[in-house]
Amino acid sequence: MAVQGGRPSGGSAEHGRTGGTPPSEQDEQFYREYILDHYKNPRNFGRLEAPTLSHEEDNPLCGDVVGIDLKVSDGQIEDVRFHGRGCAISQASASLLTERIKGQSLDDARKISKEDVFEDLGIAISPARVKCALLSLKVLKVGAWGLGDWSGEEEE
Amino acid sequence: MRYDVDAIRADFPIFETGIVYLDSANTSQRPRQVLEAMDEYYTKFNSNIHRGAYRFSEIATEHYESTRAKAKRFLNARSTREIVYTRGTTEGINLVAYGWGRKHLMAGDLIVLTILEHHSNIVPWQILAAEKGARLEWVDIDEQGRLRQDQFAALLEQSPKLVSFGQISNAMGTINPYAEMTAAAKAAGALVLIDGAQGAPHAGIDVQAVGCDFYAFSGHKMLGPTGAGILYGRREVLEEMDPFLAGGDMIRTVRKEGTIYAEVPTKFEAGTMPIAQVIGLGAAFDYLEGLGMSSVRAHELEMTEYALEALSEVPDLTVYGPPASERGGVVSFDVKGIHAHDLATILDRHQVAIRAGHHCAQPLMDRLDVSATARASFYVYTKREEIDVMIEGIRDAQRIFA
Repeated sequence: MAVQGGRPSGGSAEHGRTGGTPPSEQDEQFYREYILDHYKNPRNFGRLEAPTLSHEEDNPLCGDVVGIDLKVSDGQIEDVRFHGRGCAISQASASLLTERIKGQSLDDARKISKEDVFEDLGIAISPARVKCALLSLKVLKVGAWGLGDWSGEEEE
Repeated sequence: MRYDVDAIRADFPIFETGIVYLDSANTSQRPRQVLEAMDEYYTKFNSNIHRGAYRFSEIATEHYESTRAKAKRFLNARSTREIVYTRGTTEGINLVAYGWGRKHLMAGDLIVLTILEHHSNIVPWQILAAEKGARLEWVDIDEQGRLRQDQFAALLEQSPKLVSFGQISNAMGTINPYAEMTAAAKAAGALVLIDGAQGAPHAGIDVQAVGCDFYAFSGHKMLGPTGAGILYGRREVLEEMDPFLAGGDMIRTVRKEGTIYAEVPTKFEAGTMPIAQVIGLGAAFDYLEGLGMSSVRAHELEMTEYALEALSEVPDLTVYGPPASERGGVVSFDVKGIHAHDLATILDRHQVAIRAGHHCAQPLMDRLDVSATARASFYVYTKREEIDVMIEGIRDAQRIFA
């Protein structure tokens, strides 16, 4: 049921972002290759030993859970792991997010928007699945940086 | 008479869209007759009820009140005074928790619920219990999703004040032995509320034969519009209850010094009620009466048997709940390696609508140790071919996630 557990990839090169174009938004492509690969082979999956920051949130509506551990040094995100379980959208989105922020500065990570997350997913997200897609971003923003006023989910 | 599902489907304009609608336990579709009844009100005699001294208001009042007589017949209640209009099941249960519970429940009193309950039959009691210092106890289920009657009997020995449970589980489809449970609870001195949200549309009830004190249900799950439902209450109990919402229409006289309430059921119907919706609900009762509830039940049983058989041939698929003979037209299941929401999204691409999630029954999901299930539910218009399309979609999802 859960994502194939406990296989932190360590963000190795072969699992890094391919740089290729994300799949088209055609229905045909939905759930194919790109998203499913991140779901089945989540990048940066697992826990960090001594994280600088760690936070977890769930989406009670569908039971999705995502937690993110960060190791931050001199304002740079040196390492990241996520854990959780749930639907393909929530888990792939978390996997993609960890790739995006690894090696980034905290300041840059702060600026990640929900549009960025949707762009990384590269598929049309229906209104019913928006909460799944943005759960990991919520963990990152609300949890790790205590941006309690972040209301990205509710915004139009 | 043969059950002609195609003729029935012709009454439902929405099927012209091609949707394979397997989410009727959530909300049903509505036949033309229900829509026309509401249109007629809005276009031919739209006016407020009970107060206009003119012809339109009289016609509107007559149509509105005729639903009460239809509900009385549908439930076999003694009197139309036992039929309270509500917005739906949730409001009906809240009305009892507020109007009866706040007045009659004391610290230390026991309310018995079951683990199968919908949140609407949980949260009002939690609020009431917290306010009154009352206790809640839960009847568990066995491995097939049946309520554990041994445990229920043991709880009854503690003399609960109220027992509240669903006639049919919305999440697992279990048809509870509601008549036996009611008889046992009444013998133990408890009041009994039956949540008929799933029971009324799919099985109906004879409230006199069963002997429950309250029966709450929604119109929108039984071919009626949203926003109108019924609370049946045994008259003697309704008379002893405080009002729920206060305002216009629920009064007899209002003076600065105080107010005398209207008689039941008007006492519980404050403000302008959903007139069009209540009239629409009346047409839904007519429609179901035309089909006959035993035919409705027989058709659903056939669909449920067919679905359970078809699902049993899909590998890596777990079905929750009892065999078809003990369940309403609801099948909850789980496909290995595919989250219910992903499955629902893929089925949506096959034009199939199912529910995915916790079905507003989180305590049950915790009990089953799942975060979500997929649920297909059937009604008067469901066809075998639609179940076939769903199965095809499930197999497609398995190919994608393989």
